[in-house]
Amino acid sequence: MKINQYRRYFPIFVAPCLVAFLIAFVIPFVMGLFLSFTEFRTVSNAQFVGIENYIRAFSDDSGFLESLWFTVKFAIISVITINVFAFFLALILTKSVPGTKLFRTVFFMPNLIGGIVLGYIWQVIINGVLYNFNYSITSDPTFGFWGLVILMNWQMIGYMMIIYIAGIQNISTDILEAAKVDGAGGFVTLTKIIIPSVMPSITICLFLTITNSFKLFDQNLALTAGAPANRTQMVALNIYETFYSRNGYEGVGQAKAVMFFVIVAVIALAQLYLTRRKEVEN
Amino acid sequence: MKNKILATILSLICIVSCFSLAGCGERKEALVYYLNFKPESAAVYEELAKKYEEETGIAVKVVTAAANTYEQTLKSEIAKSDAPTIFQVNGPIGYDAWKDYCLDIKDSKLYSFLTDTDLAIKDGDGIYGIPYVVEGYGIIYNDAIMEKYFALKSKKTNINSVSEIISFDKLKAVVEDMTTQKETLGIQGVFASTSLSSGEDWRWQTHLLNVPLYYEMVENDNKNDPTLNLLDAKEIKHNYSKNFQNLFDLYINNSVTAKTLLGSKSVADSMAEFALGQVAMVQNGNWGWSQISGVKGNTVKESDVKMMPMYIGIEGEENQGICIGTENYFAINKNVSKEKQEASLKFLEWLFSSETGKKYVSEKLGFITPFNTFTEAEQPADPLAKEIVRYMSDEKYENIPWIFTAFPSEAFKKDVGNALLDYAQGTKKWEDVEKTVISKWKSERS
Repeated sequence: MKINQYRRYFPIFVAPCLVAFLIAFVIPFVMGLFLSFTEFRTVSNAQFVGIENYIRAFSDDSGFLESLWFTVKFAIISVITINVFAFFLALILTKSVPGTKLFRTVFFMPNLIGGIVLGYIWQVIINGVLYNFNYSITSDPTFGFWGLVILMNWQMIGYMMIIYIAGIQNISTDILEAAKVDGAGGFVTLTKIIIPSVMPSITICLFLTITNSFKLFDQNLALTAGAPANRTQMVALNIYETFYSRNGYEGVGQAKAVMFFVIVAVIALAQLYLTRRKEVEN
Repeated sequence: MKNKILATILSLICIVSCFSLAGCGERKEALVYYLNFKPESAAVYEELAKKYEEETGIAVKVVTAAANTYEQTLKSEIAKSDAPTIFQVNGPIGYDAWKDYCLDIKDSKLYSFLTDTDLAIKDGDGIYGIPYVVEGYGIIYNDAIMEKYFALKSKKTNINSVSEIISFDKLKAVVEDMTTQKETLGIQGVFASTSLSSGEDWRWQTHLLNVPLYYEMVENDNKNDPTLNLLDAKEIKHNYSKNFQNLFDLYINNSVTAKTLLGSKSVADSMAEFALGQVAMVQNGNWGWSQISGVKGNTVKESDVKMMPMYIGIEGEENQGICIGTENYFAINKNVSKEKQEASLKFLEWLFSSETGKKYVSEKLGFITPFNTFTEAEQPADPLAKEIVRYMSDEKYENIPWIFTAFPSEAFKKDVGNALLDYAQGTKKWEDVEKTVISKWKSERS
C-alpha cells in the first residue's frame, strides 16, 4: 500500500470538516469584518459607512478603553496565579504521596461546570460572606475584580494542573537521578531541570490562560454583569452590551469585536513566540 | 479491491446521509410565524397554535424568546429566510428601530377592533403597531396588614384607611410609622426589596422614572400627548428629580433589606417577600400576580391584594391614578409574502374576536385587551387585573400613561439603574443620579 493511493480519498474525508469550518468560522468571520465597516440593524440590511464605527468605539461613553484596562489587569493577575498554583499542585501530586489520583480528580472537577453556573454559585458564596459586613459584591468594583480572579482560578487551576502533571511525568527519571547524584538540591532541580523540561506545558498553559482570561464572558455576566456601573465590565461583555442594548450601535459593537480579535491574536502569538524559544528537546 | 469498493460505498453513504438529514430538517414552512415576547405564556401560545390549526388547517409556528432576549432573538430570526411574520415592538422607540420591517396595517380588521385608535403606533398616515394588552403598575399592598395597622392603638397618624392616602406626605407618614411598629405588625419591613441587581432594576429606572418625567412632559406639552412630547425631547430638564428621590428614598429607607445589600436582590425576591407576608407593599404591575400566587407557602389572600398610585409629592396629585399603558405592540413583517401577511392578520383577528380565541386571551393569557370585541365579563379575573380595570373605569383618577416607551435606549435605562444602585449603596449622591439621567438622555438621544 502506498500513501499515494489514499490521496484521492482526501476530499471525501476532509470535505465535511472543511464545509463545517467554512460555515461556522470563515464565513461569519469575513462577514463580521465587513459588518464592522457598515451600519446595520440585522445582518442583511447593512450600509457602508467606512471607519466611522472604529472612531465611535473610542468615544467617551462607550467604555471600551475602561473595560479593556480592566481586562488587562484581570488577565495579568489571573494568568500568574493560575499558573503558579497549578504548577505547584502538579509538583505535589506527582510525588509519591497517597491519594494523588483522588486529589487530581477533585481539583479537575470545577472545570467540568459551565461558566454561567459557576458565576452564580460564586455570587452566592461571595455575597454570603459579604452580607455579614453589610456589603454585597456590587458594593465595590474591587469585590467584583477579586471575585472574578478567584472564580477563574477555581475553574482553570485543575485543567492546567493536568497539563503540568503530564509534562512533569514525561521528565526522564535518569536526568533527575543524575542531578541527585551530582548533588543538586530541590531548588536547583526545580529551576534547572524541571522547569526547562516542562516548557512545552508552560507554553500551552500560558496560551490557554491568556486567551481565556481575555475572552471571559459567561463568568463575568453571571457574577457581576458589570455592576456597579460597568466598573467590572470586561471587553467581551462591553461588546455584547454595545451590540444589543444601544440603538444604532451594532456596527460599533462589531468594530470593537474586530479590534478585540486583533489584540488577543497579537498577544497570544507574541507569547507563543517567546515561550517556544525557551523549549528544549527532550 | 473489495475493500476499496466498500470504502467508496461507505463514504458515499456518509455524504448522502449528511445531505438528506439536512433535507429532513426542512419541513413545510408555516404560513404564520409568531415570535412571542412573553415566556410566561409560551405554553398557552403553543396550545393556541394547535387549536387554530385544528379549526382552520393553517399551521402556526410559535417561537418564544427567553426572558430579556427578545431583541437579540428578533435580530437573528428576522434575518433568516423563514422570518417571523408577526413580531412585536415595544413602542415608538422600538418601532423606530424596526421600521424597515413593519407593515402598514391601517386597513386591517385588527386595527378597527381598537377601542381607542390613538393607542396604535402611527407614522405619517400609516399604522404600524397595534397594542394587544393593557397593563398597569403602582404600589401593590397587602390590605390585611394595612387594616391591622389602622386598627393599632399605638398608631401615630390620623389616617384610618388606605383610601385616605392620597398624597406622598400621607403615604410617607403611614409608611414611616409602620416601620417603627413593624414588630407589632408582624412584618420585617414595609417595602419589599428595591431590587437593583443587573437586569432586575427596571421597576425603578423605567417604571418609577416614568412618573416624574410624565409631570415634566405635561408641563410644556406642545403635542398634547406626553409620549410624543418625550419622544421629541432632545434633552430633558428632569425638574422633578427631587420627587423621584422622595419615593425612591421612602422605598429604600423602609425596606426589608439593608440599603447596601440591594444590589443582589431580584424582582422574584421582592415578590416572594410580599407573597410570604414579610412586607406590606411592593411596587409592581398586574403581571406580578402570577408571581405572588406562584410562591410556595404564600400567606397573602387573593382578596387582600390591592394597588395604590405612586405618589411622589406633586401639587394636586390627589387624583393621580396608577400608571397604565402597554409596551406590547404587534407588528407584521413587511418583507414576507403577501400570503403570509394576510394569514398572520387572520390569525390575530381570530385570536381577539373568535369565541375560542377570546376565552384563551382572558382566561389563560390573562390579558386586559384594548379591543372592543371583549365585553366587561371577558376581562381577566385576577385581583390585580381587577384593580387596573377599577382605575381605568373610575373617572376620578388621572392615570399616568407609560411614556417610558419613548426612553432613548436600553443603555440609558441601564445607566440610570447603575446610578441608582450607587446611590443606594452610598457611593454616589443624588445629584450624581440627577446628572446621569440628564446627560445620558442627551447622549443616547443624539
